[in-house]
Amino acid sequence: MTGTLLSVEGVTKTFPGVRALDDVSFDVRPGTVHALCGENGAGKSTLMKVIDGIYQPDAGTVWVRGEQVRIKNPIDARARGIAMISQELNYVPDMTIAESFFLGRLPRRRGAVDWRYIRSEAKRILAEEGLSFPVNRRLRTLTVSEIQTLEILRAVYHSADVLIMDEPTSAIAYKEVESLFAKIRALRAQGKSIIYISHKMDEVFEIADDITVLRDGTVVSSQPASEITSAQAIAQMVGRDLDHQQYPKERIPLGPTAFKATGLSSRGMFEDVDIEVRAGEIVGLAGLIGAGRSEVVRAVFGLDRLDGGTVEVGGTPVHITSPRSAIRHGLALLPEDRRLVGIVPDMSIKKNATLASLPKVIHGGYAHAREEERLVGEFFAKMNVKAPSTETPIASLSGGNQQKVLLARWLIADPAVMLLDEPTRGIDVGAKLEIYKIMTDLARQGRAILMISSELPELIGMCDRIYVMSAGRVTAELTPDQYSQERILTYAMNDIEVA
Amino acid sequence: MTTKLKSFDASRYSIFIILALVFVGASFLSPNFLSVDNQLNVLRQVAVITILAYGAMTLIIGGMIDLSAGAVMAFAGVSSVMVYKDTQSLLLAVLVGIAVGVACNLVNAFLVATLHTPAFIVTLGMMLMARGAVLELTQGQNVLQLGDFVIIGQGTWGWAPVPALVLLLITAVIWYLMNQTRYGRGVYAVGGNEEAARAAGIAVAWVKYKAFVVNGVLVGIAGVIFMSRVNAGLPNAGVGYELQAITAPIIGGTSFSGGVGTTAGTLAGALIVGLLGNIMNLTGVGSYIQQIVMGLIIVTAVAYDVWSKRGRTRTTILRSGRRGEPAAAGADPGATADPPASGT
Ligand SMILES: Nc1ncnc2c1ncn2[C@@H]1O[C@H](COP(=O)(O)OP(=O)(O)OP(=O)(O)O)[C@@H](O)[C@H]1O
Ligand SMILES: [Mg+2]
Repeated sequence: MTGTLLSVEGVTKTFPGVRALDDVSFDVRPGTVHALCGENGAGKSTLMKVIDGIYQPDAGTVWVRGEQVRIKNPIDARARGIAMISQELNYVPDMTIAESFFLGRLPRRRGAVDWRYIRSEAKRILAEEGLSFPVNRRLRTLTVSEIQTLEILRAVYHSADVLIMDEPTSAIAYKEVESLFAKIRALRAQGKSIIYISHKMDEVFEIADDITVLRDGTVVSSQPASEITSAQAIAQMVGRDLDHQQYPKERIPLGPTAFKATGLSSRGMFEDVDIEVRAGEIVGLAGLIGAGRSEVVRAVFGLDRLDGGTVEVGGTPVHITSPRSAIRHGLALLPEDRRLVGIVPDMSIKKNATLASLPKVIHGGYAHAREEERLVGEFFAKMNVKAPSTETPIASLSGGNQQKVLLARWLIADPAVMLLDEPTRGIDVGAKLEIYKIMTDLARQGRAILMISSELPELIGMCDRIYVMSAGRVTAELTPDQYSQERILTYAMNDIEVA
Repeated sequence: MTTKLKSFDASRYSIFIILALVFVGASFLSPNFLSVDNQLNVLRQVAVITILAYGAMTLIIGGMIDLSAGAVMAFAGVSSVMVYKDTQSLLLAVLVGIAVGVACNLVNAFLVATLHTPAFIVTLGMMLMARGAVLELTQGQNVLQLGDFVIIGQGTWGWAPVPALVLLLITAVIWYLMNQTRYGRGVYAVGGNEEAARAAGIAVAWVKYKAFVVNGVLVGIAGVIFMSRVNAGLPNAGVGYELQAITAPIIGGTSFSGGVGTTAGTLAGALIVGLLGNIMNLTGVGSYIQQIVMGLIIVTAVAYDVWSKRGRTRTTILRSGRRGEPAAAGADPGATADPPASGT
C-alpha cells in the first residue's frame, strides 16, 4: 500500500436490522481532499466512525501509512494522526468556547489547568478568524452555525494528518465556507489529507481531488474528481437519473396575512425586526452567521425570551410564553439544532414523529396505534426514510434521516405557520427535492412558511420574498425581480446604510 | 441494499430469561421454595417493593429520582395507622396514607419542576424531613394493636393475598399510564431530552408534577400495606427501601440516563430481587450477607446500564432541569468546575 496515507479494505459493519457498510474499500492519498458522496443513510458517517475508532468493523481492515491497524477508540485514532469533526455536533452545552477548544487535552502548567493560556489562545484563534465572541460564552448560547465554525477552527488548530469532516458546512455558507476551504487548501499543501463529506455538490467539486460514491453501504465508484461530473455522481448516488427541475416552485395566489411580527427585539441578539408572511407564501430569511436569524424564530416560538415586539397569527395578536402556547396558536418550528432541541434519541421514529401531535394519536382514553402508524407511515414512505421500521429508535438513523423525521413531526402537527430553520440541513439531493415539493404543497394549502437557509440558491429558488438580516436587524426585503446572490450578500454583509 | 437482517434482540428479553433462571435455580436450592405457602408469602413480600419500584421507574424514566421513598413510606404508613386507631375507618386511614405520600411528593415536585433544583438533592432532603416527621409524630415509639387494619397486608380474597391483588391492579394502571396516555409519552420525552420535549410542546413542569404525584400515591399505598402486613406502625420502617425500589427498574432495563424503561421489566426486576431475598432466607443466608448481595446487584445493574450505553451516557438524575444561561461576561472559566471529560 504505497502512496496512500489511509486505506480501508473490505470493511463491513452491521447494526440490528441494517447492513450499514458492505465490503467497502477506498484509499486516501497524502496531500489530497477525498470527498465521500452518497444519499442519507448510505453509510458515510458509519465509515468515518469506523476510521475514527468509534465503531469496530465486523470485517475488513484499516491501514494507516501502509501499516495495518486496529483503531480502538477516538483517542487511539488521534494518536495515529486521525481526527474527526462529527456530523452531529457533540458539544457539551454548558462548556465555554475557550474550554471547548481544548476539550480532552487541557494544557497544564505545574499540574493545574492553565486557564490563562487557554483563554489567550482561544482569543487569538477567534481574532484570526475575525470573530468577536467573548471566549467564556457558553456553547449553549451559540447557534449551530457558530458552533460548526468553532469545531472547524478547533480541528484545524489541533491539526491531524487525516482530518475527517462530516458535513462541516451543513449550517454555514459563503464567507465561512470560503474560509474553511482556504484552511483545507493550506492543510493539503502541508501534505495532510482531508476526508470531506457533503451533500452540496458544488462544494465537493470545488474542493475535492478524489471522489468516492457510496450507495446503500457499498462503493459505487472511486476516482479522481476530474473523471466524473456532478450529474454522474448524483446518478450514482441515487441509482437513477434525477429529474432536473431543481426547484418545484409554484406561484400561489396569496391569502391574508397569516403571520406578522412587529418590532421584535431581544437584547444583544436582534432589534426591531418586522416580518410578515401571508397565507400561501414562502418567505426566506437570509443572512450570515451571527445575523440573528435563528434567534428570531426561536424567540417567536417561545424557546427564548423576547424583550419587545408583538406577534400576530391569522390577524389576532398572540402572547407566546412557551413552545406549547406557540403550537396552540398554530406555529411550528423545525429547529436548527436537531440533537439538542429536536430528537428524543431513545424514542422510536414513530413516537418522535407524533410528539407534537399527541392529541391526534392518544385520545378517548388510549393510544390509537393503528392511527399513529398510518399518520407516520405516510411520511415515512413519502420522504424515503431509511430505517428498518417506524419502531426503530431515532438515534440510530443517519443525520439526514433524523431531519426527515423531525420535519414529519411538524407536518403531522399541521400548523398554520411553519418556521423552518435550515429545513434541508444534511438532506441528500433527492430528498431535498421531496422537501421542496412538500413546501409547495403546504403553500398551496394556504400555509405560511418562513424559511431560514444558508443556501442562497435554495432561498432564491423557493421564496416569494426574502428578508435579509445583518447584525440583528433586517437590512432588506427583496422581491423575486430583485433576487441575485450578490445583492443578498451585500445586504447580508453591510449594515443598514444600504437599505 | 440496506439489507434487513432477521435478528432476535436477545437483550430485550434477557431480564425475563434471568427471572426464569432465578426461579428454576431457587426451586432446586430449597424444597420449600415451590410450596404454595411460600409462593404466596413471596408475593406478599414483593408487593411493597414492587409498588415503590413503579414510582421509582416513573421518575427515573422522566429523568428524576426519589431518594425519599423509604422515609415517606414510613411517614405515610404510620399516619395511616394512627388515623385508623383514632377513627376505626379503614377507608379514611388508606386515604390519609395516600394523602401524606402525595403531599410529600408535591413538595418534591415544586422544588424540582418549578424551582429547578436537582431531584437528587431535593429528595435527599425530603428523606430526612419525612423520617424526622414520623419519628416526631410517634416520639419514636412503635404503634401497636392495629385490629382489623391488618386485613390489607395479611388478608386474602379467596386464596389470593390482598397485597398481591393490589399489586396486580397497580401494575395494570402503571402500564396503562406509561403506554396509553399523553402523560406517559410526556414522561418518556422529558426524560429522553427535556429541551426537545419542551420544543415539541410538552408541558415539562406539568409532566414532572404528575410523575411525582403518581409516585406519591404509590408510596402512600406501599406504606399502608407495609404497616398492615407487620401489624404495627413502625416509624423506623423502610430504611434503604428507596434503593431497593431503584434497583428493580434498573435491573429491569430502565436507564439511569432517562427516557427508557418498561413496566414489565420493572416487575421482572422486582421479582428477581424478591426471589433472591426469599431464597436467601430459606437457605439461611444471614441478613448481613444479604445486604452485601443486594448491594452487589445494584452496582452490577447500574454498571451494566452505563456500560451498555458507552459513548452516550448522560446521567440526567444528577443534573438540574434548569436551562443554561449565558455565562456572565468576565466570568472566569477556571472558577467553574472542571469541564466534564469526554472524548470527542
Ligand atoms: N448506531 C446505529 N444503530 C443502528 N443503525 C445505525 C446506527 N448508525 C447508523 N445506522 C444505520 O446505518 C445506515 C448508515 O448510516 P450513516 O449514518 O452512516 O449514513 P450517512 O451516509 O452518514 O447519512 P447522512 O447523509 O444522512 O448523514 C443507516 O441506515 C442508519 O440507520
Ligand atoms: Mg452522516
